[in-house]
Amino acid sequence: MKKRTLRIYYVAFILISLSIIFFLFIKTFNENLLFYRSPSQITAGEFPKDYIFRVGGVVLDGTLIKSKTSTNVKFSITDYEKTIGISYNGILPDLFREGQGVVIRGKLGTDGIFYAEEVLAKHDETYMPPEVLDSLKMKEKTIEDTTKSMNIY
Amino acid sequence: MISYIGSFIILIALLNASLLVLSKPILSKITSDYDSLILSTSKLQFPLVLIAFICLIVAFVNDDFSLKYISSNSNSALPFFYKISATWAGHEGSMLLWCLILSFWTFMASMYSKSLDTQFRLKFLSIMGFLNLGFLLFLVFTSNPFEKNISIPIDGKDLNPLLQDFGLIIHPPMLYMGYVGLSVVFSFAVTCLLQHDFKKEWAKWIRPWALMSWSFLTLGIALGSWWAYYELGWGGWWFWDPVENASFMPWLITTALIHSLITCEQKSMFKNWTILLSIMAFSLSLLGTFLVRSGILISVHSFANDPARGAFILLFLTIVVGGSLLIYFKNSPKIKDNISFDFFSRESFFLINNILLVTATFTILLGTMYPLLLDLLGLEKISVGVPYYNAVFLPIMTPLALLAGYIPILFLSKRKDKKYMLNHLLASLLVVIFLSLLSIAFFDNFNLNVLLGVFIFIWISFNIIYDLINRYYLSKRKNIFFTNIGMTLAHLGLAVFILGATIVENNKVEKEIVVKIGETIEIKNYAFKFNSISEYDGPNYLGVKAKFLVYENNNLITELYPEKRIYASNNNMPMTEAGIDPGLSRDLYITLGSLINDDVWSVRIYHKPFIRLIWLGALMMVFGGVLSVLSKRKSKPVALSG
Repeated sequence: MKKRTLRIYYVAFILISLSIIFFLFIKTFNENLLFYRSPSQITAGEFPKDYIFRVGGVVLDGTLIKSKTSTNVKFSITDYEKTIGISYNGILPDLFREGQGVVIRGKLGTDGIFYAEEVLAKHDETYMPPEVLDSLKMKEKTIEDTTKSMNIY
Repeated sequence: MISYIGSFIILIALLNASLLVLSKPILSKITSDYDSLILSTSKLQFPLVLIAFICLIVAFVNDDFSLKYISSNSNSALPFFYKISATWAGHEGSMLLWCLILSFWTFMASMYSKSLDTQFRLKFLSIMGFLNLGFLLFLVFTSNPFEKNISIPIDGKDLNPLLQDFGLIIHPPMLYMGYVGLSVVFSFAVTCLLQHDFKKEWAKWIRPWALMSWSFLTLGIALGSWWAYYELGWGGWWFWDPVENASFMPWLITTALIHSLITCEQKSMFKNWTILLSIMAFSLSLLGTFLVRSGILISVHSFANDPARGAFILLFLTIVVGGSLLIYFKNSPKIKDNISFDFFSRESFFLINNILLVTATFTILLGTMYPLLLDLLGLEKISVGVPYYNAVFLPIMTPLALLAGYIPILFLSKRKDKKYMLNHLLASLLVVIFLSLLSIAFFDNFNLNVLLGVFIFIWISFNIIYDLINRYYLSKRKNIFFTNIGMTLAHLGLAVFILGATIVENNKVEKEIVVKIGETIEIKNYAFKFNSISEYDGPNYLGVKAKFLVYENNNLITELYPEKRIYASNNNMPMTEAGIDPGLSRDLYITLGSLINDDVWSVRIYHKPFIRLIWLGALMMVFGGVLSVLSKRKSKPVALSG
């Protein structure tokens, strides 16, 4: 009898802690998802407002402006349909270039400018982030051109 | 020429592996001595693949650009040692390395399995042979490193500069030794299922293999983390990158496995669970390979997006995982488990340890796979950020770490009564709390997280060392004392790791600023003076080197030289080389950003307290694991015959 009671406590303990863990887990999971949006979607208003999310595109030629006194930079990214301005204060990754595909994490300001917390350009010079590639898929030719222009370096 | 030998040898190895897989009825028609055929083919596999591997190395050293793999991963200007390490820097070569290591483990398993029952041994080696065959087929049909170029280029494209590094030379082989070592454990578990039995002696036989794989995995992951820290220029040591997760999941499961195997061996408990863990561990290392090699994940580890490769690995994964799980569900009810145990026993705490580790693994699996799944279904593009892992993983690991310090007290309770145990628990808690509070005095920036980290560190080390001393005086045979040193060292390593990770994550100082030549930046009691900047020519790159003078309390302690490099042979790829002054209590870390104007540069300057403890802790775990294998109870030889 005593052994049995102990076992019931044991099982109850495990079940209760499991459900608490599960609840907390789902909660944290939902709170920490980062959505990805293209410039076109943002212009159309399809983005999680007041949340941090990710945007990707190709850095538009001739838009990169570097401050002469600080690490502030401004540039625009495009999916060849819509363009969105990015503001970032920090050191850009080595492989950041105009014409390169990048993914940026941050928040959209009320002024329509995307304030970046992190800029990612990955380890390979011919690399196009898959998300960016997907949002460009409609225009095969533009991708081809972009890839070509990237290979010139 | 040498490449033809390589290709040819690979084909022979393929034939050899298929001999291993062919079952007894078929082979008996060819040879009268089935047993010795299996034993010799399983040993022959290793020298064969080794020759092929050496052929590839020689081809690299000779700049044989007629091979596609070499022309896209090497260059005549590449330094000699990187030419050798480039052998396994790309996809095809690293798969050949994988096959080499798999054949090595097969060789070892064949050599050291004499004590196993013959039937068991032959089945076990055949399953290893099946895995060899699968990976060799993959190599030959989708990733042949000996594939020829249609036209021979004058020079190669060069190795990715990120991979031209000492850390890369040793990181993949160590990690693969761990990944592939799990194939031994996996094959063994499947053989147990086929034999409908899992004897105590068998658990004892397999545990050193699991421990070795675990040690190699630990070393491989730690090397990867160390490499990322100094090479990627961000100063981080863990990113929760899907590729890191892919190596961390098998590690967690193997950690659970080496604990549950103890219970199997000593109490004949958790047999089915242990078999399932073995299957899971290897399946996760295959899944990792699939994720990394298929091009689904993009990172420094994935080389080319070839759908055929992904499809092949997915197929292989399905056969191996699906097949073994089918056998598991069919045969595991036949394996008798002893399941009655007391709540306050070591077994029940090993069970909690296992539950926590498996839960942690699944949270990581979800974070890694869920975004991929949503994307494949075309529903939504999301990513799971670092905050998720921190929020979920740490609460699961905290009780685990507390448990690691509690188990030693439990050992005492076996010898003494429960009251003694409770007293001891209270006493050690008081000591540990006192010491933790005392440590506050040594930190200038102290918060609750650091307090918890310090508490866990002292809690584990205090109890585990006390336990070691206690064992020494209690045990009549002193060799028992030595068998536990490995375990003690590994758990101390965990404590050291936790201490380092908590302090560096809570107390690090990171500055991204603009500096003019001659200016000084101050962080804590350090001052960094940007002294000068100059250009120079490297063997296969152009470099810009900055000179920083570092002062501690106004005394010059060192000079740091962060660099920017441009690799002309690699499409002018830029690279950042950090300038690091390592130290046990802190690292000073500088990387160059970019030229702002004339003599003004943007730089990152980091102060990382106790970051070295992270890798020191990992190394202690590695040595602990290896010591446990070496000090295997030799005093009591057991006949392992079936």
